[in-house]
Amino acid sequence: MFVPCYVDQFYPKAAIATLELLEKLGCEVHYPKNQTCCGQPMANSGYEHLTGGCNNLFVDNFSGYDYIVCPSGSCTLHIKEHLHADGKEEQATEIRKKVYELTEFLVDVLRVKQLTATFPYRVGLHQSCHGLRGLRIAQMSELVAEPFSKPEQLLDMVNGLELVPLSRQDDCCGFGGTFCVVEEAVSAKMGKDRVADHVSHGAQYITSADLSCLMHLEGILRRQNSDVKVIHVAEILNHSM
Amino acid sequence: MSTATTKDHPHLAAEFNRDEPRVNWHDETLWWVRAKRDIAAHKLPEWELLRETASQIKLNVLSNLSTYLEQFEANAIKNGIIVHWAADAAEHNQIVHNLLEQRGITKMVKSKSMLTEECHLNEYLKEQGIDVIDSDLGERIVQLANEPPSHIVLPCIHKKKEEIGDIFHEHLGSAKGESDPKILTETARQHLREVFLTRRAALTGVNFAVAETGEFVICTNEGNADMGAHLAEIHIASMGIEKIIPERKHLGVFLRLLTRSATGQPITTYSSHFSKPQDGTEIHIVIVDNGRSIQLGREEFRNSLKCIRCGACMNTCPVYRKSGGHSYHTAVAGPIGSILAPNLDMKKYADLPFASTLCGSCSNVCPVKIDIHDQLYKWRQVIVKEGYSPKTKTMAMKAMALTLASPTLYRMGGKTGRLVFKYAPFAVNNKLNPWYNQREMPKAPDESFGEWYAKRKGAKNS
Repeated sequence: MFVPCYVDQFYPKAAIATLELLEKLGCEVHYPKNQTCCGQPMANSGYEHLTGGCNNLFVDNFSGYDYIVCPSGSCTLHIKEHLHADGKEEQATEIRKKVYELTEFLVDVLRVKQLTATFPYRVGLHQSCHGLRGLRIAQMSELVAEPFSKPEQLLDMVNGLELVPLSRQDDCCGFGGTFCVVEEAVSAKMGKDRVADHVSHGAQYITSADLSCLMHLEGILRRQNSDVKVIHVAEILNHSM
Repeated sequence: MSTATTKDHPHLAAEFNRDEPRVNWHDETLWWVRAKRDIAAHKLPEWELLRETASQIKLNVLSNLSTYLEQFEANAIKNGIIVHWAADAAEHNQIVHNLLEQRGITKMVKSKSMLTEECHLNEYLKEQGIDVIDSDLGERIVQLANEPPSHIVLPCIHKKKEEIGDIFHEHLGSAKGESDPKILTETARQHLREVFLTRRAALTGVNFAVAETGEFVICTNEGNADMGAHLAEIHIASMGIEKIIPERKHLGVFLRLLTRSATGQPITTYSSHFSKPQDGTEIHIVIVDNGRSIQLGREEFRNSLKCIRCGACMNTCPVYRKSGGHSYHTAVAGPIGSILAPNLDMKKYADLPFASTLCGSCSNVCPVKIDIHDQLYKWRQVIVKEGYSPKTKTMAMKAMALTLASPTLYRMGGKTGRLVFKYAPFAVNNKLNPWYNQREMPKAPDESFGEWYAKRKGAKNS
């Protein structure tokens, strides 16, 4: 299990839920303890050339597993697209093929057809851009193509959960890594508008396969003293009453 | 026109965001155009195939550009068109000026041409004593307001109708307080009619230049390019070298994509073909490079030259919608502008590839399938390597890379960070932290997942 750095530090519950869920579904899960970060914060800021250390560490930590599963679309995409390591390119290539975001792993590899979870709330699903347009875990609104959604497919298996419709099904939340501080005004405005879409449609929770988006939306919800909460999709799928 | 500013995108965007109701209005207006595009695209089951075909045709063009350009030139000359070549903006502007000067022309009407915006032709001609009137309604509005266009297809999309009423009242004599779009449009029509009838020279852009026939096609909704060109004794058409398509039949692909992507219309009101001058008149084409062959040589950024200037990437871009076209301080704003501009001046436009969350919506709406968001990522790497990023950022990134490459430093840093969040929230919750300005910081949990996992493992093993 690959737990992104900010999930490890700020949202351990999402990682715990991921672990418990995978174990419930019969996986033998290991958490390599020396893992840190995928290197995306540097790379997206234009410093991909500084990610060698992170890449090496990643290869050392994750070589040899059948699958690498991560509760974040964004970090998964970064590994899939950018993991290279001097002298260990073969292992890096292997990892790039074996790394999965959690919902795509559940749908495509484990082929989960039912869950025992219960979550009796109205939930808005926020599509993270990297999960959506990078990993294609759901159909993108811009394309003329058949609709599908792996996270939605899983959420539909949860007892009592009601997905709320949104006015803009896959507009970006504005987090964008360092964008959220460099372009603070636009970033916050994008976040506020996303939150408003969910809230105006009656969502009690906003969920996503990416906690970076949720961290951003949570920051805005809490500033607004809103009752609406954010929750990682793993926590819903692992939720029992 | 250029914006006389040295402020970067974050600052200009922050200024735009001081008026939140206006940002909402701007965002909704452009989203409405995006939604219209979606409806138009979904009416064509072959939409994705059309995009792929257009992309491939343009790839062929870029791979054989010099051949097609020479073929176009030869056929255009055969048709009686006079062809000029300009290496850069200055040469383009000079060619246009010479053509006017030789004929003693001091007034010109111009339809929409983003290339002339890129070349700052209007300012140049003004300095030479030539009066240029833009005949596209939106362009005329921003010209009267002394502003650059904020969008390549919808140049005055940032202006509300009441503001346009004020501008027309001041410059065109419409009634004070008049904001009815029909009445304002009629005011502009009357004003422009007089311009069309009295101008001896007309400049237009070029949407497509057909190598096979030597003709070129101009697409407008207002017919203003035709009005100008047909009534003038000299028609000057400015085109970038990338506007070439090999054969006339390829128009069937591009014309179907262009306006559906741009505004959601099935086709532009006027798609006019110009192949030879009428008796007693001249057609001149100025073929302009202005950095395009340099971009063609940049393998990773080459296919940005496939762009047909539909503006779909702007309408869908959440950053564009919420920061406004002027915040990009370049002629072509939005995602496509942010991958074109650094080629022209990497230092001046070093901020633009960072004015994006890399959400990827731009690449998905692009009718010629330019990998816009991937190129934004790649430009970031180039800009940093060329030394155009702030030194403080480089230092912070180096420190971050060092910490994240070491499990020990990472664990120490994480623990310290969480302790700070918990016991000294004032250290992060303050004005120096841009996150905190409009957002709360995440709550720090007592233990990290790593710490929880180690305990759990210990408990399981004991």
